[in-house]
Amino acid sequence: MHESSQSLAGLRKHIARLAADGGQTSRPAEGWLASGHAGFDAALGGGFAVGRTHEFFAADALDGTSAAAFAALLALRTPGKMPLIWLRTADAGGRAGHIYAPGIAELGGDPDRLLLVETPDPKMLLACANDAIRCAGSAAVIVESWGKFPLLDLTAGRRLALGARDAGTTLLMLRLNAVPAPSVAETRWSVAAAASRELEANAPGAPAFDLELLRWRAGPAGGRWRLDWNHDNKSFGHACGEPALSGAVLPVPARRAALPHGAAAA
Amino acid sequence: MPLADARARVPELIAVQHDPVADHAWLDRLALGCNRYTPLVALDAPDGLILDIAGAEHLAGGEASLIADAEMRLSRLGMSVRHAFGPTADAARALARYQTRPAPDEASAVRRLPVLALELGPEATTALVRAGLKTIGDLASRPMANIAARFGAGAAMALRRILGDAPSPLDPRIAPPPVAVERRFAEPIGSTAHATKVLAELANEAIKELLDRGKGGRHFRATFFRSDGLARGIDIETGHATRDTRLVMRLFAERMDGLADPLDPGFGFDMIRLTVPRLDPLGATQLKLEGGEVREAAMDELVDRMTTRLGRRRVKKLIAEDTHIPEQAQLALPAIDAPPPLPWQMPEPGEPPTRPFHLFDPPQPIEVIAEVPDGPPQRFRWRRAFHAIRRYEGPERIAAEWWRRRDNAGLTRDYYRVEDVHGRRYWLFRHGLYDEKPDPRWYIHGVFA
Repeated sequence: MHESSQSLAGLRKHIARLAADGGQTSRPAEGWLASGHAGFDAALGGGFAVGRTHEFFAADALDGTSAAAFAALLALRTPGKMPLIWLRTADAGGRAGHIYAPGIAELGGDPDRLLLVETPDPKMLLACANDAIRCAGSAAVIVESWGKFPLLDLTAGRRLALGARDAGTTLLMLRLNAVPAPSVAETRWSVAAAASRELEANAPGAPAFDLELLRWRAGPAGGRWRLDWNHDNKSFGHACGEPALSGAVLPVPARRAALPHGAAAA
Repeated sequence: MPLADARARVPELIAVQHDPVADHAWLDRLALGCNRYTPLVALDAPDGLILDIAGAEHLAGGEASLIADAEMRLSRLGMSVRHAFGPTADAARALARYQTRPAPDEASAVRRLPVLALELGPEATTALVRAGLKTIGDLASRPMANIAARFGAGAAMALRRILGDAPSPLDPRIAPPPVAVERRFAEPIGSTAHATKVLAELANEAIKELLDRGKGGRHFRATFFRSDGLARGIDIETGHATRDTRLVMRLFAERMDGLADPLDPGFGFDMIRLTVPRLDPLGATQLKLEGGEVREAAMDELVDRMTTRLGRRRVKKLIAEDTHIPEQAQLALPAIDAPPPLPWQMPEPGEPPTRPFHLFDPPQPIEVIAEVPDGPPQRFRWRRAFHAIRRYEGPERIAAEWWRRRDNAGLTRDYYRVEDVHGRRYWLFRHGLYDEKPDPRWYIHGVFA
């Protein structure tokens, strides 16, 4: 009995030591992936923290392209030639569509920065993600998955998050056709396509995104934004809503508390 | 004789489907195994191997012990072997395939071969035999000009080659690599871990040689020769020339871990060879003060590692292609040796993107309701759901590449950029104009951000 309580105390001490030098919040972020929209970045304390994990859930299976494009544009708007590593399973091309470089170029991104990795199965996807985030020198690592991702449990998620933090790479988890679940991510977003600003002759305008902050480790969740993408100055801007939406597009004042399951995961 | 007849006569007959591809693959494996005797091994399909052992036979202890060793190994694999030595590849081949009578020496053995050995086809062979020319020797005693006049220049050439008057070059299955190091074992080693350790030593030796030449390796191949005559080759490639033993061994370890059928020592490996088939110049490098070089090197190493683990086709870069057909406008090429990037079409300032973020290839068929037949779509059904269109732009008319195809130019596509009531933007097209096709189909080709 005495022995077991001693070893228990030892374990506690060990955990305390681990938490002291390896805790998520013990080190400030090294920088931010900014969106370019001043209000949005300020609300997040600078943008998406570098060296952390950010999750983007497509609000609907059909919003997958919006979520993917938002994550890609966020990474590709950083200056320089640092590559964007995009990991997906080989069957993603048939489901969500193949990543189309001319489309990225028309959005103002540089497709030559893209390094596309297609893995045969989700297990290999996770293994390659672990390798990719440990390699410094990428603008970001996007890991795209479809549906439930049972392999990505809390342990696997924490391993990824620690790897990203140690190497200073930003991990953008793209979850298509999945429901938000507890994880160790710094922020968790729901992304949906938003109606674009109408151009002349009723033509669709620049890409617009509806964002909802589902969870944020460093602050309150629940903000909603509507951003559009301006490819000329490579930044997100405030999308002027149309009359029907009456401009209720800036951060919704009523901030929800962090989701209960998210808090439990933390 | 038909198979049914044969089965009736010999009931216990085992019939196996002829599989030329599998036979060729097996011959290829045997050829790789025979690389232990000489680097120059050529396939003589469907069932022969030609080895150029000039200058290499003493390593096996002379011709006799070399052939004894080869026969022993091949018979262990269930092969029955006929062999012959010859002054040229063609002579040796003819002797192995057609020799029926013994002869005191190689030259007279060649002369005693039947004319069938020239392999001129049944007609020419019958004609030669009818003319009384039954052996190569008979034919060689005639003037060459007469043979060429009667049976064509090919016959004269075949005769000269078999007699050794004309060279008969070999087309080796594996070109001799610029750098090769190997280790033979007195006693076969049965553990893969030990084999890996030896491979690391070989890698050190090879890299020392590369350093002397001022080169780096782009492609390394380890060949494990098993004592039963088979050999297994394992290849790794790097995106940039390298002389880093640690990297090379790491890639080999990665490759061996990922093998679908693991490296099987069987009765043990009795030789391991490491070759570097592809070299690139590599000078001494200087690290940058700001550390940029190190980061790039780390990224290159990541590409190498993932390519080794997943295969060349799965780690890709997208390269622009100069065509207006949307699905052909990009090429996904292996990142490990992607060509330098070409410029992409730049966006028009102030205009929304005209090309989607995700492209479906092949396009997916949809059902469309349009107000007028060749007008813009109003609603469409895709993946069992209806999408009502609120905004559209189009058509953007993209014609087929009529200058490439002579007979039928293909159908013109009318592309529409549409936005549905939920704000999702799609790229739809009608495949064919109404005067090209009576009832053109609609497809979705992509999704915009």
